[in-house]
Amino acid sequence: MSFLDYAPAPESQAVLNLRSDYGLFINGEFVAGRGVPFQTINPATEKPIAMIAHANTADVDTAVAAARRAYDRTWSKLSGSDRGKYLFRIARLVQERARELAVAETLDNGKPIKESRDVDVPLVAAWFFYYAGWADKLDHAGVGPTPSSRGVAAQVIPWNFPLLMLAWKIAPALAAGNTVVLKPAETTSLTALLFAEILQQADLPAGVVNIVTGGRETGQALVGHPDVNLVAFTGSTGAGRAIARSVAGTDKKVILELGGKAANIVFDDAPIDQAVEGIVNGIFFNQGHVCCAGSRLLVQESIHDDVIDRLKQRLSTLRLGDPLDKNTDIGAINSADQLRRIRELTEIGEQEGGERWSPACVLPDSGFWFAPTIFTNVSTSHRIARDEVFGPVLSVLTFRTPAEAIAKANNTPYGLSAGIWTEKGSRILAVADKLRAGVIWANTFNRFDPASPFGGYKESGYGREGGRHGLAAYLKPAAGRSAARTVTTAPAESSPELDAKAPVSRKKAAK
Amino acid sequence: MTSSQLAMAQLNTGERALALLGGEATDANLRRYLHGIPGIDAVGLEQRAADLGTRSVKTSSKKWALDKIISLIDLTTLEGADTPGKVRSLVGKALTPDPGDPACPRVAAVCVYGDLVPIAVQALGSSHAAGTATGINVAAVATAFPSGRASLAVKLADVGDAVTAGADEIDMVIDRGAFLSGRFGQVYDEIVAVKEACKRADGSYAHLKVILETGELNTYDNVRRASWLAILAGGDFIKTSTGKMAPAATLPVTLSMLEVVRDWKRLTGARVGVKPAGGIRTSKDAIKYIVTVAETVGEEWLTPSLFRFGASSLLNDVLMQRQKMTTGHYSGPDYVTID
Repeated sequence: MSFLDYAPAPESQAVLNLRSDYGLFINGEFVAGRGVPFQTINPATEKPIAMIAHANTADVDTAVAAARRAYDRTWSKLSGSDRGKYLFRIARLVQERARELAVAETLDNGKPIKESRDVDVPLVAAWFFYYAGWADKLDHAGVGPTPSSRGVAAQVIPWNFPLLMLAWKIAPALAAGNTVVLKPAETTSLTALLFAEILQQADLPAGVVNIVTGGRETGQALVGHPDVNLVAFTGSTGAGRAIARSVAGTDKKVILELGGKAANIVFDDAPIDQAVEGIVNGIFFNQGHVCCAGSRLLVQESIHDDVIDRLKQRLSTLRLGDPLDKNTDIGAINSADQLRRIRELTEIGEQEGGERWSPACVLPDSGFWFAPTIFTNVSTSHRIARDEVFGPVLSVLTFRTPAEAIAKANNTPYGLSAGIWTEKGSRILAVADKLRAGVIWANTFNRFDPASPFGGYKESGYGREGGRHGLAAYLKPAAGRSAARTVTTAPAESSPELDAKAPVSRKKAAK
Repeated sequence: MTSSQLAMAQLNTGERALALLGGEATDANLRRYLHGIPGIDAVGLEQRAADLGTRSVKTSSKKWALDKIISLIDLTTLEGADTPGKVRSLVGKALTPDPGDPACPRVAAVCVYGDLVPIAVQALGSSHAAGTATGINVAAVATAFPSGRASLAVKLADVGDAVTAGADEIDMVIDRGAFLSGRFGQVYDEIVAVKEACKRADGSYAHLKVILETGELNTYDNVRRASWLAILAGGDFIKTSTGKMAPAATLPVTLSMLEVVRDWKRLTGARVGVKPAGGIRTSKDAIKYIVTVAETVGEEWLTPSLFRFGASSLLNDVLMQRQKMTTGHYSGPDYVTID
């Protein structure tokens, strides 16, 4: 056995104390759902973890009513500093139970423990800490003095970062004074239910946060419910479109964070070893189940061969396997459905003439697995260069000049994120200025911070999450303020094309 | 080997540098070449090093790593207060790191000041490697270590003395002042001259380790350029630090140097060694270096001819960890010998 085969280093599951079945979390208590319960499984082994309740329309009604009651009687009447105290308490409890949450997330989602431990859970705590600080400073959120909350927020989140997306949604909503009914994704409800236990521990007033588990129809019942004031959704562009359609004509505020097909642009003067790391992190982080994944590598033609050589060498050191092993880099695909979609798109990629390559790696027998894959010889007309794969699949395209790089990067119906790799500072600014994407990373990729707004252009959705912009979405100006004033001071209220672009991610100056 | 690597392999050091630089090793040619190497993004490099540091090395892998670390140590004493007695004691420790366990591997070399080389050679006796694959090497720091502030003649005499006295390896310092003022040609020429001074009477050469003193070079870009410069000039090893100033070896600096030797192998097919020195005191730290070597240049680099730790207190920490793996409980500093 060679040293690089590292002896198994599994994270212990002893810290978990899971129940065999979970109810819905409504009005501060776990209650049975009226739909048919379903199983949540570990995608790495296909073994069942627990039974999850299924909320039907009547359950959603109860949850929304609980949220409304809590809003009217308690939460909207609390002072900002008191709301902040609850949020700080939640943040600390997340930190205290960090290991447990990380193990549960990895078990239910399939992502490597090193990511849930070092990225997901710490960011969840950071999000609550950040918005806890905002709760008593809403006058400075950018929507004018004494803004008011919106009411009941219906929030539907995806399966790729179950707990983190929950934090992105719940933290700003509560800080702004709203109450929440949240529906986790069908395949990844577990950590939301552990989070419900944390809310009980934190003594959050009953009904302020309600969690309804279930499938697509549960989500539809929730966003279509007449008594919700705001709909926040993260997920596929198709589902986002359906939601936008269903709320059209109502006065519900909508925030959509949808798909992406980000360009990661590597210029010939890039710091090459770090760029290779950034490419790997951009597309293989979380098995590529990332809406802002750098799934299109745009590399300057003069360094194409060198970059691909280095990338292949680096990929052959990635370790795919047991997500609970602390040395695993690539975990399991979240579901059989997603695996099917990735396989289908990669087969099309081959048929269209893309050159497919994966490092030698043994896939486990059970569970859903897909080896990290790169396609070279891809052109902009190929489907793998246009469709969101949402898996560990990188398409490599080349460019000759900065103008061509910008044109190719923007040539997509999406516009969520992009990356720029160059040692030339002026080029970073010039290119970032012309890219139509909400988040642009310079000499890094897939970095998140609660203070930085996140969101997309075009089919990647509208509205911003994170930072002051993310807070403003959950607020409305004090009654009687003119509409014109609202538009100029609240970017979240304006059309997506007018939205302030998230600032270029600046890092501390290179040494 | 690729065809271009084969072509490179036919050349001697000077010819190879000439071919790569496209001319003599002048300041201008070297500057053009060294500044044409892709830059380093400090944040990204440090992030990668931190990621490598999170590898979890347990049970059988840890046991293997601990033994490997011992076999890669240059056990070092570099104090003004060094005496023949201290050096004999160090050699004793090198020969028998753990008197309680005969299976414990020996270290790669002892590293001393030049005037103490004869003492070390004598103390090693038949265990002195002296060009053989078995046994322990004697390494000497030279060239007006640690500052390097002396005339070239003095530096060469320093090297010559140590080699004549039986040193197998010479750890030289580069002239950081010359490097930082852009006199790359001078740094290059000095390394070439020192390499020549490593030549023994029988025509063989003592192994040359080139200390960059990365703490004084300050930026990762400088470290990378100095690494290429030292390798172009014929260094067998590139070494981070003298251990006489902080910061000494760090994981990001060592990672960046490993990337250089990896790229040098891609370019020429030749292998150059790396030696982080100073500041590595615990097994936990040393294991991070082992992981970084294996994942950056490959496991083949984990051999004394291609990787060394310059350390003194590291050895005892590794021995305590090793005892813990055998017995299942921690002993304590009184259960390992001091040198």
